[in-house]
Amino acid sequence: MTHAISVTINGVTRQAVVEPRQTLVDFLRDQLALTGTHVGCEHGVCGACSVLLDGEPIRSCLMFAVQADGHAITTVEGLREDDGTLGILQDSFWETHALQCGYCTPGMLIAGQDLLARNPDPSDEEIREAIAGNLCRCTGYVQIVDAIRLAGARMRQSPEGSGAENGDD
Amino acid sequence: MTEQSARRFVSAKRRPKEDGRFITGAGHFVADINRPGMLHVALVTSPHPAARITTIDTSEAAALPGVVEILTGNVLAGEANPLANAVDTPGVKCYPLAVGVARYAGEWVAAVIAETRALAEDAAELVEVDYEPLDHVINAEEALEPTSPPVHAGHGSNILYRRTFTWGPVAEDFAGQPHELSFKLRWGRSAPVPVETFGVVAEWDTGTEILDVWASIQMPSYAEQIAGALRIPVNQVRAHYDVDVGGSYGVKRGIKHTVLAGFLARRLGRPIRLIEDRLENMVGGDMHGPDRHFNVAVAFDDDGLIRSMKLRVIEDVGGQTGRAPFQLGKPVSAIVGAYQINSVEYEAIAVSTNKTGQAAVRGFGMSPTNVAIETAVDKVATRLGLSRLEVRRRNFIRADQFPYLIPSGSEYDSGDYHTVFKMARDLAQFDVLLARRDAARREGKIAGIGIATCLEPGGGNSAFEPLLNPKNETTTWPESCVVKVDRTGGITATIATSTSGQGHETLAATIIGEELGIDPNDIRVVHSDTLSGMPGNTPVASRMAIMLGGAAAGAAKKIRDQAILIGAHNLGRTTDQVRYANGVVSAVDDPSQSLSLARIALISHREFHNMPPELTEPGMQAIHVLQVPKGGTLPTADGRVQMYPCYSFAAHIVYAEIDRLTGKVTLPDYCIAHDCGTVINPDIVRGMVIGGAAHGIGAALYEEFSYEPGGQLLSGTFVDYVMPSSHEIPDIKLAEHCTPSPLTSHGQKGVGEGGYLGAPAAVASAINDALSPFNIECLTLPMRASLLSDLLADQLAETES
Amino acid sequence: MKAAAFDYTRADTLDQVLELLSHGGDEARIIAGGQSLVAMMAMRLARPEHLIDINHVDALAGINTASDHVAIKACTRQAAAMASSAIKREVPLLAAALPLVGHIQTRNRGTIGGSLAHGDPTAEVLLAAVALGARLSLASIGGTRTLNIAEFSVGAMETAILDEECLTEIQFPKPPSALSIGVAVDEISPRAGDYAIIGAAAELGLAEDGSCGHIRLASSGASPVPVLCGPTMEALTGSRLGDSEIDDAVQLINPLLSPESDVQASAAYRRRVAPGMLARVIKMARDKAEIKRTEGRTS
Repeated sequence: MTHAISVTINGVTRQAVVEPRQTLVDFLRDQLALTGTHVGCEHGVCGACSVLLDGEPIRSCLMFAVQADGHAITTVEGLREDDGTLGILQDSFWETHALQCGYCTPGMLIAGQDLLARNPDPSDEEIREAIAGNLCRCTGYVQIVDAIRLAGARMRQSPEGSGAENGDD
Repeated sequence: MTEQSARRFVSAKRRPKEDGRFITGAGHFVADINRPGMLHVALVTSPHPAARITTIDTSEAAALPGVVEILTGNVLAGEANPLANAVDTPGVKCYPLAVGVARYAGEWVAAVIAETRALAEDAAELVEVDYEPLDHVINAEEALEPTSPPVHAGHGSNILYRRTFTWGPVAEDFAGQPHELSFKLRWGRSAPVPVETFGVVAEWDTGTEILDVWASIQMPSYAEQIAGALRIPVNQVRAHYDVDVGGSYGVKRGIKHTVLAGFLARRLGRPIRLIEDRLENMVGGDMHGPDRHFNVAVAFDDDGLIRSMKLRVIEDVGGQTGRAPFQLGKPVSAIVGAYQINSVEYEAIAVSTNKTGQAAVRGFGMSPTNVAIETAVDKVATRLGLSRLEVRRRNFIRADQFPYLIPSGSEYDSGDYHTVFKMARDLAQFDVLLARRDAARREGKIAGIGIATCLEPGGGNSAFEPLLNPKNETTTWPESCVVKVDRTGGITATIATSTSGQGHETLAATIIGEELGIDPNDIRVVHSDTLSGMPGNTPVASRMAIMLGGAAAGAAKKIRDQAILIGAHNLGRTTDQVRYANGVVSAVDDPSQSLSLARIALISHREFHNMPPELTEPGMQAIHVLQVPKGGTLPTADGRVQMYPCYSFAAHIVYAEIDRLTGKVTLPDYCIAHDCGTVINPDIVRGMVIGGAAHGIGAALYEEFSYEPGGQLLSGTFVDYVMPSSHEIPDIKLAEHCTPSPLTSHGQKGVGEGGYLGAPAAVASAINDALSPFNIECLTLPMRASLLSDLLADQLAETES
Repeated sequence: MKAAAFDYTRADTLDQVLELLSHGGDEARIIAGGQSLVAMMAMRLARPEHLIDINHVDALAGINTASDHVAIKACTRQAAAMASSAIKREVPLLAAALPLVGHIQTRNRGTIGGSLAHGDPTAEVLLAAVALGARLSLASIGGTRTLNIAEFSVGAMETAILDEECLTEIQFPKPPSALSIGVAVDEISPRAGDYAIIGAAAELGLAEDGSCGHIRLASSGASPVPVLCGPTMEALTGSRLGDSEIDDAVQLINPLLSPESDVQASAAYRRRVAPGMLARVIKMARDKAEIKRTEGRTS
């Protein structure tokens, strides 16, 4: 039995029909062709499939698409600024070369984006905690920590203060 | 070679070209490919480590709606050739699907092809296979025994390769030294385990009769092996290199996967997608890494100078062969490490067991061997009561000795080990670290400092192939680059490989930009396919900075030479009277007389009347195929050969503490000083070194494909196979030194493997230093918390009793 | 790794959940956060024919404080519990356990009740529940029953939930308010965020004279389900919690342990580390309580 769902993806509401067993990540990739979100383990360990669900990071391999009905999802494709330029965190990843093969990168960006929204001035330990659920085989994490630290500093300096207004209360 | 001071782009901090697509989710990985009518594959796997397959009943599965085909090994083997073996073992015949006998738990027995992956999995559950279990062997030392169950009955024994090399007067050197020591060491089976599994999409075009293959590969001779197994000409296989590879570190070989997908694509006339899920990847993907038993002996004098070494290695390659035994070959290229060891005996044994097959892993077998060598050096120091730093300094090859010929026949090109070692010592503030360790010990903590060095042979050549298989006479692994200048002056480079995070596009663009004085951001780099491409051997063996870098430089220089010819001709000058700089040819005597590269390109493409007579071909393009520096020779009868051309060096110093209760290891300080010659892109190099070290920390402390005696893999998920997270990897500090290689375009050497070659040895050294006050040692990797705790507890119990 | 096919119903009310469960037999299963269930379904280790989604049942989420306990509705997210000031204040042991549960992505979906219902023997929420003696409400179409955690958690991956029942609420007892309270949870796990190899939890309260007036202890990883460390609690009640007293008292849990070997650790390791880990958390909790006691006296 299939289900009709309505999900807001990166600000755009999409209608679709899904089989219950289709995971959210398979739905994003196979039905919506949003292939930026990656499948790494399909059992909830590697974090490559991380997306924001109503603004909070989750693993999209551990949720069925049918469960996302009525919710809002942000994927890596939605991280650019409204004017199409790179987001501050994306740009910081490039600046520090916080990636190699690029496979874990979308999940890392989602984790970093969430952290900086909650905590604009994280310590390195807080950064490591925020990305501990995302495995990276290439980098050894050091340049990823550098990138998130750099993005935090840039966000705090920018007049927009992107992501920085939601302080940790 | 351009002088360092004059360089604009090489060594400058520049954003890697590739990163832009990955930070926006715009990469093109194999799983992102969706061909019309594409079918999906799921696999039926053996539950037994060894079993005869008596019957396979596919009727119920085949009846499921959406199922298109169920393929078994017998059908496949009737129409395909066995997969290639690296060493000379004609009695070993492996196919993508088990034929008659399953040789490890998880081996593919049948493939189910359906309209969706979920349907294929549904049907795979319904395939009924009857097995007759056979005796199995899991322990490599037992597998050596003539009485052990044969994994490949047709081969006669489980020993796939065995040879003892003797380089230099080993017996005399051992007899002549006042000291010798020996030990055993165990390197447990681990692997890089990329976050992207292996995947392939294959499509047979009935019109052109070409098999198109998109895959997540890093595999030399890929198209050749596919074609060979499928019994079709190589020029009917078009492997596309423009697929982004989600990490490889050696293991993305995928021959059996691709043969299977290619076979099905031809048979069914529809595109086939075979993307391993994580369980298939871990259990049946044939991507496990080295699994070794070492016996090591060294002979040394009162000053700690190591005169000779004996190394015996048993490599447990599992139930498939592939290239795995070759991983015994690469260590020959740096068999003495960074040290002036006069003679070496090396017994290399590859043995089959009923475990998952092996693939190449970063360093191609050298990281385990380096743990053996470095452990020996530590032990020499301990035996003589000398500092581990001092013993290394005494044994290092000195900067004035290069090029330095090692006993196994390779000449190290260049290096300055003493200087780099001192940089590591300074970076780590070694005296402070010592005081910290000793203070921690006084507080009752278990603390140690690890010291290790490693050589990273780079520029990967084929020499280990003829060395381990005399029927293989390969003496080159070339690499190529094509540079084209279009009629508007735009530059496009073509490279003949896929890339898995090493930054090859950045590499080629940076070097071409340097040679042509053009901003690398304006140079496009594209990947060929195997039919449109050039000779190449893919990014194995720390070779691309050297080989692709050299090929790109060579092609760019040819373009520059063409530009100078055309420019001089049109400026009414001889080539001596003009100069090329930053994309402009100008007259030396009157720089206002100049032609831009765009103008020159237009002449070349469209204005043949303006071409100099010596240029008879319109258009501006150049190919450069680089032969491996110092390659091209076969091994001598006693097994000496120039293996790889360039030798990078690194020194790791790490501080470790072991929790007394749990055995948990923390690494509060980790320092690396390294020398990979000229750095092309600093951020890429930094990432390679740190990422490699992180990979090595995983192998040293956490990661293992463990088998229980019944032959079942115990760590087949990401829960049980423990890849380190951001909490397990410290903030690794780096220092760099540059000893340019005299053999390469810009003095560059390899850097993709060194972190991984040094870290396991350094971590093992730290653990053993920490354990030394208790008079115990740990010579088994990975050194899991539970293992260390058990060792400490046993020692305590012994002391009390 | 695709789940076997199943039917799906998003429930809006508890009554609807119970109604569906009453018809579903053992083929119907509740999905809350799904952080363990979906992985097991992907591996086809679980294959329910009907999933009943309780994520939109308002009555199953929320945190309520009563006089002697805090009641957490079963489908309350672990992240919400972690952010709850009531839980920080009133059930500090659970608050100390939650940061060790998985990672932020799993805590944002994973629920308190889901963790307990899944029954992983080294789950931190279960460890805290055992230490505190939590009580659990199970509703079915026939009514509601309440079990204590020892009755609920009957074995590794095994609970007393019947096919027709839904776990609705977990009551975590508050520590006695008259004492200076200290809590600690610690574990050794393969990686930070993984399930524990060995875990331990301690909540204790010091009287004004510094003696131990309240102590709740549990140990996980060396037994099929976490054990309440009764003999140690008894031995330390009224004591001054000196290091050597603690080190002796933790050995009293040995008869409660029945460790097994697995890929991460030997049985001997688990038997050895479990008492030591318990001692570690007792000392950590004691030191925190001692600070509070000292602060209480000076203020």
